[in-house]
Amino acid sequence: MTDADAFPGMQHQVHLLRQMARIRRFEERAVELYSATAIRGFLHLDIGQEACAVGVTEALEPDDAVVATYREHGHALARGITMRAVMAELEGKVEGVSRGRGGSMHLFDVATRFFGGNAIVGGGLPVAVGLALADKLRGLPRVTACFFGDGAVAEGEFHESMNLAALWHLPVLFCCENNRYAMGTALLRAQSEPDLAVKAAAYRVPSWSVDGMDVLAVEEAANRAVEATRFGGPHFLELRTYRFRGHSMYDPDRYRSTDEIEAWKERDPIPRLATALRDAGALDDGARGRMEEEVAAEVEDAVAFAEAGTLEPVEDLERFVTAGSGVPGAAR
Amino acid sequence: MTAVTYREAVRRALRDALATDDRVFLMGVDVGAYGGCYAVSLGLLEEFGPERVRDTPLSESAFVGAGIGAALGGMLPIVEIMTVNFSLLALDQIVNNAATYRYMSGGQMHVPLVIRMTTGAGRQLGAQHSHSLEGWYAHVPGLRILAPATVTDAYGMLAPALVDPDPVLIFEHGALYHVKGELPDDLGPVDLTTAVIRRAGGDLTLVTYGGTLPASLDAAEQLAGEGVGAEVIDLRSLRPLDMDTVLASVARTHRALVVDEGWRSGSLSAEVSARITEQAFSDLDAPVGRVCSAEVPMPYAKHLEDAVVPRAAGVVAAARRLGA
Ligand SMILES: Cc1ncc(C[n+]2csc(CCOP(=O)(O)OP(=O)(O)O)c2C)c(N)n1
Ligand SMILES: [Mg+2]
Repeated sequence: MTDADAFPGMQHQVHLLRQMARIRRFEERAVELYSATAIRGFLHLDIGQEACAVGVTEALEPDDAVVATYREHGHALARGITMRAVMAELEGKVEGVSRGRGGSMHLFDVATRFFGGNAIVGGGLPVAVGLALADKLRGLPRVTACFFGDGAVAEGEFHESMNLAALWHLPVLFCCENNRYAMGTALLRAQSEPDLAVKAAAYRVPSWSVDGMDVLAVEEAANRAVEATRFGGPHFLELRTYRFRGHSMYDPDRYRSTDEIEAWKERDPIPRLATALRDAGALDDGARGRMEEEVAAEVEDAVAFAEAGTLEPVEDLERFVTAGSGVPGAAR
Repeated sequence: MTAVTYREAVRRALRDALATDDRVFLMGVDVGAYGGCYAVSLGLLEEFGPERVRDTPLSESAFVGAGIGAALGGMLPIVEIMTVNFSLLALDQIVNNAATYRYMSGGQMHVPLVIRMTTGAGRQLGAQHSHSLEGWYAHVPGLRILAPATVTDAYGMLAPALVDPDPVLIFEHGALYHVKGELPDDLGPVDLTTAVIRRAGGDLTLVTYGGTLPASLDAAEQLAGEGVGAEVIDLRSLRPLDMDTVLASVARTHRALVVDEGWRSGSLSAEVSARITEQAFSDLDAPVGRVCSAEVPMPYAKHLEDAVVPRAAGVVAAARRLGA
């Protein structure tokens, strides 16, 4: 089935559900591959937070830009990078979106204007400001959506970037995925002012706080915020969300109670939308099952693609350091 | 030929870059209304307006990062940082982002950014405005590091740096700004990859760059009076290093002395020395010598500051110790 076959008027919601399911199943499969050691290094999962990536990227135009963090599989997939290219990257293959040089934390794609994959907390924010500055100087009506976590709000780069974007009226949409923890540090243990919207207000950046477990709410807010940003300078979107898994595959999750995690799982954005669609008669169990099968097939295709992928020849190790590097005779 | 100061040469280069390419803009703290903390950009705001000569708030990380983003977004930014010591607040952006994007993205992205900053001692500015940290940046793959020591290079390096598709850091030694030199009217394209022999000599190779070129030339003059021919090589580019020029000279002179205002430990001078030893050991008649800054934070008092940085007398004495 295609989402266009769904109940008239609800195709778009069905599409949102599919996008979230794609991210969820992709990452669940990545966990298996991690256990099987096909994927190594840090692997940060979006599981539980999918509505944020999907809702915001849906509101963007193809020419807009995305700057993300190390927790960006969802953003990359939602933005339109293929599962194949992301999975191959996770497996370190040359067919990966960053040729195996980036890995899970550094997905880049020029075609979708996806500017990483930044693993320095707060490090992407100044770059997003600069992308927006370029658009402004070039007279291009584009928006740069910059994702970061609640932890990044404590970094100086957050404050410097908010100030600069506001001072220069640059079209940056600051998207804070507030999942209440920065690794093991709860927000209340890190922020003297835990209401993040208040911080945005200090820079005269208008803000919205949204239920990040509800993709329709995220999308609606993002639609407003993106258009407001495009013509009115920076805006701040606080997406209140929760990660169901540990910070990374290494995290034993000692700092949260099972009760807390289970309570948040009650608000899982995927069953939440699926149930609403079923209740509205837009997606019955059969259609939902078929969607899951199609998503599973896409994931398996991506895994097969990654496994069949090739390794960059070691002789090419020094390519892409600078424009001419890695070719014989290049100066070092 | 016109005689101009190093400062005027940089300013002229900036003006020409702004005038010839719409994508170029200059930003940094006090580059506009103030005219630049070393008056390098004086008058450019009036000429090109606040969109292209942008005063930034004090936020080194944000405006250097914004330069990176703007470069990714199709512009050719020139970012000025007042002093190398302040660039440490932007180290994250320079080392983690500018230097890595091409590689991390598998060659999809590149950062055509120029960052200029002042380096070095000599003006009694103490321990937070006077250090020579360019050697640290020369450690980092993905960056090109330039150190113009002459008026010609101060003018001529900017245009090719802007053409370079990768990030370029230009270190302007603060003590050079007032130095005058001849700027040829018909200066052709300046090569960024090669070192230059500033004075020929057959008995000893002095390898230096930036702020210590004048002292090295003075030392060579004094040594000539003693019948010792010192060849003075200006590295110009600290990354990549043009070792071919250095090694060819050492093959002739059999003695090498590295003069560097950076500290000795873990330094650029250590790198140059190691490469000479690795690649030209059999050419050497003496161990490679080094004249570097004393290993102290820069003191304020004039006599103490003078005692820290390499001076001609120290270079001459070190040359004698090499048996030249
Ligand atoms: C500058 C910096 N400091 C520390 C780290 C280690 N680290 C990686 S993620 C993280 C927590 C960030 O939390 P948050 O911004 O809330 O994002 P989340 O992981 O919750 O998505 C930390 C401390 C880092 N990558 N960068
Ligand atoms: Mg968090």
